[in-house]
Amino acid sequence: MFADYSMSELGAIFAMQGFAGLILFSVFVLMALGLAIIFGQMGVINMAHGEFMILGAYVTYLVSNFFAAYLPALFSAYFFLAMILAFIASGALGLFVEWAMIRHLYKRPLDTLLATWGLSLILQQLYRSIFGAREVGVSIPDWMMGSMPVTDLIEIPINGIFVMVLAVGISLAVYVMMFRSGWGKQVRAINQNRVMAGAVGINTEWTDRMTYGIGCGVAGVAGSAFTMIGSTGPTAGQLYIVDTFLVVVFGGAASLLGTIASAFSISQAQSIMEFFLSGSMAKVLTLLIIVGILMIRPQGLFAMKLRK
Amino acid sequence: MKANALFTRSEMIGFAILACVIFLLLPAVLDTFRLNLFGKYLTYSFVAIGLALCWGAGGILSLGQGVFFGLGGYCMAMFLKLEASTPENTAIQSTPGIPDFMDWNQLTALPWWWEPFHSLTFALFAVVAVPVVFAFIIGVAMFRRRVGGVYFAIITQAFAAILTILIIGQQGFTGGVNGITDLRTLLGWDIRTDEAKETLYYVNGILLFAVLFAAQFVRRSKLGRLLIAMRDQEDRVRFSGYDVASFKIFIFCLGAGFAGIGGAMFTLQVGFMSPTLVGIVPSIEMVIFCAVGGRLSILGAVYGALLVNWAKTTFSESFPELWLFGLGGLFIAVVMAFPNGLAGIWVEKIEPRLLKAFKKSPAPASPAQQSTPAE
Amino acid sequence: MTDETSKKPNSGVNRRAVLAGGTALTASLFLPKQLKAAEYPTAEINTTGLAVTDDTVTIGILHSITGTMAISETGSVQAEKLAIEQINAQGGILGRKIEYIQEDGGSDWPTFAEKAKKLLVNDKVASVMGCWTSASRKAVLPVFEQYNGFLYYPTFYEGLEQSPNVIYTGQEATQQIIAGLDWVAKEKGAKSFYLLGSDYIWPRTSNKIARKHIENYLDGAKVVGEEYYPLGHTQFNSVINKIRLKKPDVIYAIVVGGSNVAFYKQLKAAGIDMTKESPLVLTISVTEDEIRGIGGENIEGAYACMKYFQSLTNDNNEAFVKSFKEMWGDDMVIGDVTQAAYLGPWLWKAAVEKAGSFDVDKVRAATPGIELTSAPEGYVKVHDNHHLWSKTRVGLAKADGQYDVVFETADLVEPDPFPEGYQ
Repeated sequence: MFADYSMSELGAIFAMQGFAGLILFSVFVLMALGLAIIFGQMGVINMAHGEFMILGAYVTYLVSNFFAAYLPALFSAYFFLAMILAFIASGALGLFVEWAMIRHLYKRPLDTLLATWGLSLILQQLYRSIFGAREVGVSIPDWMMGSMPVTDLIEIPINGIFVMVLAVGISLAVYVMMFRSGWGKQVRAINQNRVMAGAVGINTEWTDRMTYGIGCGVAGVAGSAFTMIGSTGPTAGQLYIVDTFLVVVFGGAASLLGTIASAFSISQAQSIMEFFLSGSMAKVLTLLIIVGILMIRPQGLFAMKLRK
Repeated sequence: MKANALFTRSEMIGFAILACVIFLLLPAVLDTFRLNLFGKYLTYSFVAIGLALCWGAGGILSLGQGVFFGLGGYCMAMFLKLEASTPENTAIQSTPGIPDFMDWNQLTALPWWWEPFHSLTFALFAVVAVPVVFAFIIGVAMFRRRVGGVYFAIITQAFAAILTILIIGQQGFTGGVNGITDLRTLLGWDIRTDEAKETLYYVNGILLFAVLFAAQFVRRSKLGRLLIAMRDQEDRVRFSGYDVASFKIFIFCLGAGFAGIGGAMFTLQVGFMSPTLVGIVPSIEMVIFCAVGGRLSILGAVYGALLVNWAKTTFSESFPELWLFGLGGLFIAVVMAFPNGLAGIWVEKIEPRLLKAFKKSPAPASPAQQSTPAE
Repeated sequence: MTDETSKKPNSGVNRRAVLAGGTALTASLFLPKQLKAAEYPTAEINTTGLAVTDDTVTIGILHSITGTMAISETGSVQAEKLAIEQINAQGGILGRKIEYIQEDGGSDWPTFAEKAKKLLVNDKVASVMGCWTSASRKAVLPVFEQYNGFLYYPTFYEGLEQSPNVIYTGQEATQQIIAGLDWVAKEKGAKSFYLLGSDYIWPRTSNKIARKHIENYLDGAKVVGEEYYPLGHTQFNSVINKIRLKKPDVIYAIVVGGSNVAFYKQLKAAGIDMTKESPLVLTISVTEDEIRGIGGENIEGAYACMKYFQSLTNDNNEAFVKSFKEMWGDDMVIGDVTQAAYLGPWLWKAAVEKAGSFDVDKVRAATPGIELTSAPEGYVKVHDNHHLWSKTRVGLAKADGQYDVVFETADLVEPDPFPEGYQ
């Protein structure tokens, strides 16, 4: 298939394709980080993860409308405020859900799956009742939708760079929180031994609530960022949930580094295969490879040794 | 109560009541259309019974039961589709005699792996065998490596996603998103008529009871007690010298076989099979049927499937704009307030009172009162 | 927001009054004959036990209002309700007001079959307006044929079907595709095409027809790529790179649903400026409804080929757009399928009145040859094969979310659901 092209063309295409893989990687990281925090650190299966993301997207939609109507001069910068508000909105909803529902279910992790599935149905219908069944169009500032020509053939999409920077930034923030802060120590202590953690005076209830809230908040930021590349509608969250869970499980649930490593390998595999195969087959092959590796190494790429 | 009998007395009563509900009460009060709907709901209860064994007794939560339900259903649908695609019926096609969707996708001959499905015997065999073999492969890979709990749940979910994408992507062979539609006759017997629907309802009911008896047998056998021991203390069972993985594989395959039968009955009663029954959403819904019924109880699983689906239909007919609120609320309520589902309510709340009343006044409780869990 | 700013809101005007005005206007367009119920005794016009009383007739509306398809199907429901309200304002059908029972297909094909059966068997509806995806139509088709129901199906679709129990008010594939390809080859000199679609029967069949037409009927044109992505796919950077490599003159895109939004946003972000028409983007799956989700600025410069655009300038359409917005809000947009759904109740009314009966067999017999001079898209006629004769148009997407009509076929295009030479 490459016979007709010059070396420079091929080089450019492979560079672009590598970049496409990196964008996909960043998207996966953004999707999965919130879930990795909740699922990995708390053992809660949050099936409503996609709906928390879409809440962030709707917040972005509202903020963009507000700026367009009242502050058109600042429109090009609204996105940053939107992401902060998305974090706050999704995080607050997360705190409420933890208080009302999740905290009663810590001893029954599989039950959290059913309860959050019910929650996701309710949230979907809530979005539909408020924003209508149709997708809403989120206007993105012009500077974020353009592309940067590097050479004649290579063009770098700016929203791709934006997503990548965001992914790196949030990963770093989560890393610092988890591994360099007192709160992170508490979270990890609870993850390893809840009873002992409580016995040494860690407020497990409060820590759990904050962990869940922050996980949901990160999902909200991801949803906000995805308005640049995807659709915003009541059921759009469902598009992300399977990939998200696979990334987290493939990485080894308790390890944030594993999540990033798995996002990287899955995205690269998928983007390379998409280039040589049809999109549908690439997807199936990627999933099969993941399942195959999980059969050989069921604990995921990076597993933490834990006592039961 | 003898320890080794197949039933305890209260289980015996439970089976009898369910038989009355399915064979007498529902046909008496429902018209053919509603009865057919309940027949459809009952096909889900095959899956729910399998889940009650795997999850409730064995602690193995599979989020991919839709895969097995779908495989069983597709095997049946392939046979029926071949029967419906006679050269006379498909004369309008460029290649008469093959299923219509193949013709639309430029296939000019039947794929080799469709050929055996000309035989009903083979198809019926495949309805059970294909899901079981598939479950066996997954089971060996997973349980031999001691994968369990949440990981297992999510890996099975990935299987559901893969199979859906595969079926949709290979539409020349599988019918794609549309599924295999327009099924008409079974060995010349028109399955679309009202009489056929009623007959199929009873066939479905009888098969359901066969499956229930098999499940009950497993539960009451040594295997069933080992499963519960494994669920609660897997390592101790392993250290006692039992091969834990084999038991898990067996129960997982059994659940898959049940689901396959359910899928085949679904195809017969609804008249088509589509990938929307294979994917992640239906698989999770099937777990919810089981949870609502009470994950420990095989009878509860049947009531759970009936209740949730009936609620779904009723909510969506009465409040089409709002019914998801009701459904979501139901799931949350069951998990939060009634973790043992309908069976829990029955055992904890209703049965003790009935027994008390029974002891005070020797008059037997009427079946109508006892059938409340169905409502 | 991508809302049309050209239309002034009717703020301060009583909504009812406006509505009445709108209906009166439409009413005059539809040349009503006031038919008295008394002239048509119920026993004579309904011999098969349908839900017809001396004052009312009940029909069904069967679309997804929950699940992923609700995004697309909402417009159809709104159009059908508008048509029903307008017909009732004119005095109904054979002197009877239309009542409707709405059921939710829930984006799930077995549910569609279940609800279709409920409407036909339990509610005995006289006809059904409904379905959107091919899969839902295939699921309900056996039910309609078995219980002899009558379905008006609004979506443009892949063809290869002709049921005595369905009237297809949207275009079948050849009607929609061939005129557009001819146009792009003749006017834009397109020689190479990249076919892209979501992975299911409509895009695949449509691309098959497109490929045959490109290879056999367009001089020197060729297909340089054909590719499908799963429904709901949201990452199109790889295919965009492949398109860059192949440098086609035309990207022929049949992407649907949430994928649509992702595809056009990423196409724009990748630096492919559609207004430069190199490559030119030609789609048959993006109506004004979808553009709301995509954002007009992200699809500006693409061409769409279908039978109806909201911006059509004729009296019928202006009245239709006006009453639609009065009923459902000023920010509504109307796409091809929405307009086709609007035709359903009117076509049924015309057929019932021609037959002088609600009996499905008589309505069916009366249906071929029914004409609507009042359709927003212009004049349409029902073909013997239950599809509509209609014009095909090409629109150029503008930043405000509307299309400029740049081409329309001179004559009505004959529907041909089983096209010779394209299979």
